[in-house]
Amino acid sequence: MTETRTDCEIDTTQPGHAWTFGDDIDTDQIIPSRFLVSTDPAELGGHAFNDLRAEFASNVEDGDFVVGGHNFGSGSSREHAPLSLLGAGVDGVVAQSFARIFFRNGINLGLPVLICPDADQIRDGDTISLRLTEGTVTNHTTGQEYDGEPLPEFLQTIVNRGGLVQHTRAKLGGE
Amino acid sequence: MTGQTISEKLLSEKSGQNVQAGDYVEAAVDVMMTHDVTGPLAFEVFESVTGDDPELVAPDNTAITIDHHAPADGVKAANNHNIVREFADKYGAHQYDVGDGICHQVLVEEGFVSPGDLVIGADSHSTTFGGVGCFGTGVGSTDLGTTLATGKLWFRVPETLRFEVEGDLPDGVYAKDLILKFIGDVGFAGCTYKAAEYGGSAVESLPVHERLVLSNMAIEMGGKAGLVAPDEQTVEFLAAQTGTRPTVPAYTHPDDDADYEAVYRYRADTISPQVAIPSNPENAVPVQEVVGTDIDQLFVGTCTNGRYEDIRIVADIIEAEQLAPNVRMVVVPASRSVYKQMMETGVLQTFVDAGAIVQSAGCGPCFGTHQGVLGDGDVCLATANRNFPGREGSMNSEVYLASPATVGASALYGEITDPREVALNRYDDSVLEGVGV
Ligand code: SF4
Repeated sequence: MTETRTDCEIDTTQPGHAWTFGDDIDTDQIIPSRFLVSTDPAELGGHAFNDLRAEFASNVEDGDFVVGGHNFGSGSSREHAPLSLLGAGVDGVVAQSFARIFFRNGINLGLPVLICPDADQIRDGDTISLRLTEGTVTNHTTGQEYDGEPLPEFLQTIVNRGGLVQHTRAKLGGE
Repeated sequence: MTGQTISEKLLSEKSGQNVQAGDYVEAAVDVMMTHDVTGPLAFEVFESVTGDDPELVAPDNTAITIDHHAPADGVKAANNHNIVREFADKYGAHQYDVGDGICHQVLVEEGFVSPGDLVIGADSHSTTFGGVGCFGTGVGSTDLGTTLATGKLWFRVPETLRFEVEGDLPDGVYAKDLILKFIGDVGFAGCTYKAAEYGGSAVESLPVHERLVLSNMAIEMGGKAGLVAPDEQTVEFLAAQTGTRPTVPAYTHPDDDADYEAVYRYRADTISPQVAIPSNPENAVPVQEVVGTDIDQLFVGTCTNGRYEDIRIVADIIEAEQLAPNVRMVVVPASRSVYKQMMETGVLQTFVDAGAIVQSAGCGPCFGTHQGVLGDGDVCLATANRNFPGREGSMNSEVYLASPATVGASALYGEITDPREVALNRYDDSVLEGVGV
């Protein structure tokens, strides 16, 4: 289950469309357990939000964002949940708050995650981009900018390298 | 500047910078643990990050147990056991085999953990080590596998909820009742991404085996760690247990003006024995509310309440009695040394005479895969930590969680019974008293 985003510098992401979700979206809603037989990101991505928003997997475009309310990614600790979003082409997740293990797994897999208390002001379909060093979200549709929690530098390095496995490899190889 | 919590101080120490809740740090990990379920994946990660020259960063501080499917309940489990044995042998990690005991208990008994350590385990109940003043926390296989290679891991410094209990615990009320009450009050997710700190005179006077119960179940309210400030009792306990006298670093004690997100205060004498009703540990109610509920199986064991003192309390109650008709009791000691204590003190005999089943040390039926799983419609009263639907077997079975005293009393009647109906003992740490207590 290794994802291969080794290239990108994601201090500032490209603008993409927001797919908004409410509070307490648990990992079962992100990727229902009957699809866990695979660890292939693309295959998992084809089933992301399958039961909650059936049109997501077919309509999501590379570079789109998922926007959640409070406690995004709660429930089981399955790494398949952030992996499915990566596989679907999602460039980052913004939420008012995250469940601990989803947040960890996101960073460990190289998926940008940003805590932003104003995430609920983003509407479905708005065009947004993230700035991880500042912890800010720009809403290009409304012209607003929201403050969130910046990711500290070394976590950005992990994300930029594509996750904890690649990061550790690079470190052990003498960075 | 306001003072710091235990988590803030300990993670400051381990990261070499002065941190507060909300900061992200990379910290030096002292002890790493995994087992037969989470190990194989972690080993793959380890080998994938280390490439041609794989080496454990700290083999002496790496422990791997075979406890979850032990003894093997099928070929897959047996193969996983072999993967664990080969990995430990190849890289020089400490390995504990079938029958040695549950990871969390083994690490405490074998002297891996001392006050002030940062301990990660690829198992959610790694919060247990907070009972001896460690920041213990559960991580995923990717985290564990990379840390085996680097000795470092990133953390978000958690906010802290403090639970303070003052006074003497009434008869029939043990650490298990306190933690069920706390979980009931803050809810199953009430401590998510936060640490719990336990204090007050009632907690300070708890023996270490009871403190471990409070820390163990911090995860049942979402806690990242569950900490009790270590003291003379901790030192004596670890010295007797391991033969080495640990020191207590100053950074394991919170400042008086530490900044807590919330402080929950209790008077010990207002707390009654608690039972968590199906199917969530947060469903804690005073035992009086469920007295009379029919039971099919009693389960004594797990990393929460499978220590000698817990098992002894049950044995005291059922001694010279028989289990109620139509109930079965499964007893699974938390470690081989607990098993031996049971033999040496006659406790084993008591269970066999009363009609109970005593199994080799390990996780047993706790997570519902073997050695006493529940069938459709079965109702179990357990000293365990989780009672989700299907946790101990059928999705149509039900699990109630309680203290060893409540389980022991209920065994006599085949229905949930208030432990205050029977004569009860309270034990100091047996290791301090010699095995006979
Ligand atoms: S006893 Fe139960 S909760 Fe504890 S480690 Fe084993 S399976 Fe997990």
